[in-house]
Amino acid sequence: MEMLDNLWLGLSVAITPINLGWCLVGVFLGTAIGVLPGLGPSATIAMLLPATFGLEPVSALIMMAGIFYGAQYGGSTTAILINLPGEATSVVTALDGYQMARKGAAGRALAAAAISSFFAGTVCTVLIALFAPPLTDLAFKFGPAEYFSLMVLGLAASVVLASGSIIHALAMIVLGLLLGLVGTDVNSGAQRYAFGLPELADGFNFVIVAMGMFGIGEIIANLEDESRRDLGVKSVKGLMPTREDWRRMLAPTLRGTTLGAMLGILPGGGAALASFGAYALEKRVSKHAGELGTGAIEGIAAPEAANNAGAQMSFIPMLTLGFPANPVMALMIGAMIMQGIQPGPGVMAEQPRLFWGLIASMWVGNVILLVLNLPLIGLWVRMIMVPYHFLFPMIIVFCAIGVFSLSNNAFDLQIMMGFGLLGHILKKLDCEPAPLLLGFILGPLMEEFLRRSLLISQGDPTVFVTRPLSAVLLALAVAVLAMVLLPAFSRTRDVAFKEA
Amino acid sequence: MHIVRSPKDFYAGLIYLGFGLAGLWFGAAYPMGTAGRMGSGYFPKVLSGLLVLLGLLAIIRALRVEGSPVGAIRWKPLVLILAGCSLFGVLLQPLGMPIALFILILCCAMASREFRWDPRALAGALGMVAICALVFIKGLSVQMPLVGDWLITLLGKV
Repeated sequence: MEMLDNLWLGLSVAITPINLGWCLVGVFLGTAIGVLPGLGPSATIAMLLPATFGLEPVSALIMMAGIFYGAQYGGSTTAILINLPGEATSVVTALDGYQMARKGAAGRALAAAAISSFFAGTVCTVLIALFAPPLTDLAFKFGPAEYFSLMVLGLAASVVLASGSIIHALAMIVLGLLLGLVGTDVNSGAQRYAFGLPELADGFNFVIVAMGMFGIGEIIANLEDESRRDLGVKSVKGLMPTREDWRRMLAPTLRGTTLGAMLGILPGGGAALASFGAYALEKRVSKHAGELGTGAIEGIAAPEAANNAGAQMSFIPMLTLGFPANPVMALMIGAMIMQGIQPGPGVMAEQPRLFWGLIASMWVGNVILLVLNLPLIGLWVRMIMVPYHFLFPMIIVFCAIGVFSLSNNAFDLQIMMGFGLLGHILKKLDCEPAPLLLGFILGPLMEEFLRRSLLISQGDPTVFVTRPLSAVLLALAVAVLAMVLLPAFSRTRDVAFKEA
Repeated sequence: MHIVRSPKDFYAGLIYLGFGLAGLWFGAAYPMGTAGRMGSGYFPKVLSGLLVLLGLLAIIRALRVEGSPVGAIRWKPLVLILAGCSLFGVLLQPLGMPIALFILILCCAMASREFRWDPRALAGALGMVAICALVFIKGLSVQMPLVGDWLITLLGKV
């Protein structure tokens, strides 16, 4: 069994005391920052990224993965306890989770979230180990045209997820793509939109953009309305789910995991789509559908499993293609590049220890989550209860020092401020930052692959539809966009967002 | 009856239009090349053009479709937090990290409604500065000056 050998190799890397230790530190820090209201996984990871720079590559990536799981779970905790989801992925969890918490069942709600996430994480670790090698082989068949089409598909998928009018989602993407081009053009070496500033020669650092738009922007938004924090519970008791809970969780967890695993491979934020989808599915098929929205455990188990499965599966395009399916994966790629590793199909063959170690650490991270976070719930609750006006200056301090430490450049703080302002204005106008960020990451890549494809085809644009793989990807993108434009779908989408 | 029915769409459209036009204006000098041999100006101009188009669409939509008004902006947190971050960047080298950080914390804290001039809050801010100096400069050796350039010059003169 080659897969077992690979997983064994990975485990032997992941559970060395040093790596296990860093994974633990990552999960702990990720949860600690992730539970803070208004900070989603992207902002948390962006803030903690500089902490991994000093480590060797394997440990750094394992710690990043730990931070990622911790932040995800922390976000769910905040969603359940105070009804403040940090990011789109935990919006649905807040619906039933908060209701359960208000009924005094916060402990069981948190346990349901952790257990269903753990189950989904375990299944997806095996799936990734199973599918990564064949997908890597497929990835070697990808030419520039396929990469370009894949990015189009990713961007199209992110349109589906953005609430509001399609014009705005598209404009956010294009604006992101354009901002991504600032700096030196890799092909000609020419400076674009740098205005002669040497600080802009390498473009905007993605971490700074993420911290500005998510971190600073969120804090300003929270400060505009300081009164909306409402802790549904004073203390969390009774973590153990009842026998009835276990029985009711089983089917929704399985359905959520399946849906999440399928949608998660889709580039462009499959995790959030999966959690919305899983909730909608439960409304259709669950025996307890009537209770959804009033604190049903199915409404936590299904979206949490789906969201975790989706989040984990988004590692597949990252590991096999070097393709960032969402802002979190872009941060992972950023961490890899800073460690001197070029993400892409080559990583598996050239760095098997790193590749399989990372995959195995996903499972280890999920185990740590289960055994660390549930017992420590009292600590997380206390962190959530710290008054916001004490917390946010600290968050900003960490953001400011973190941004500076990226390249020891004080000008980066001005960039962060600029993106904080832009993020805040866009939020006021109901424009979502997530598609902008995805566009920002993909901008330079997309230009490069478009350029190469057209260079090979000597300017003939039909290359994107005559190559079969590329044609399939583009057809999928068109289908996704057509779905959004269909009146029936856009109505359900509006309903889904309204409920959330 | 106002001409603009959906202010949010309208302002968003203006922003897209602004970025698109700026992209075209500043990118005007970048060489276009041909599709087969793209110059550095090809992709930026295509994107800027698209953004202008989307901006116009959003503005047209704003004139035709009813929408919600833009929520009131609370200027105090917005200005104080942005100014705090910016000042930290400007003052870091001249004044050194501890003083710049203290100013940043003060700016942020003042942005909250709960802010009071309280000796305990000041002590907390000073403690935070001390911890950050220890952890980040001594512990993680982030390249920040403990004593700024201006202070060194000042002290040198005394």
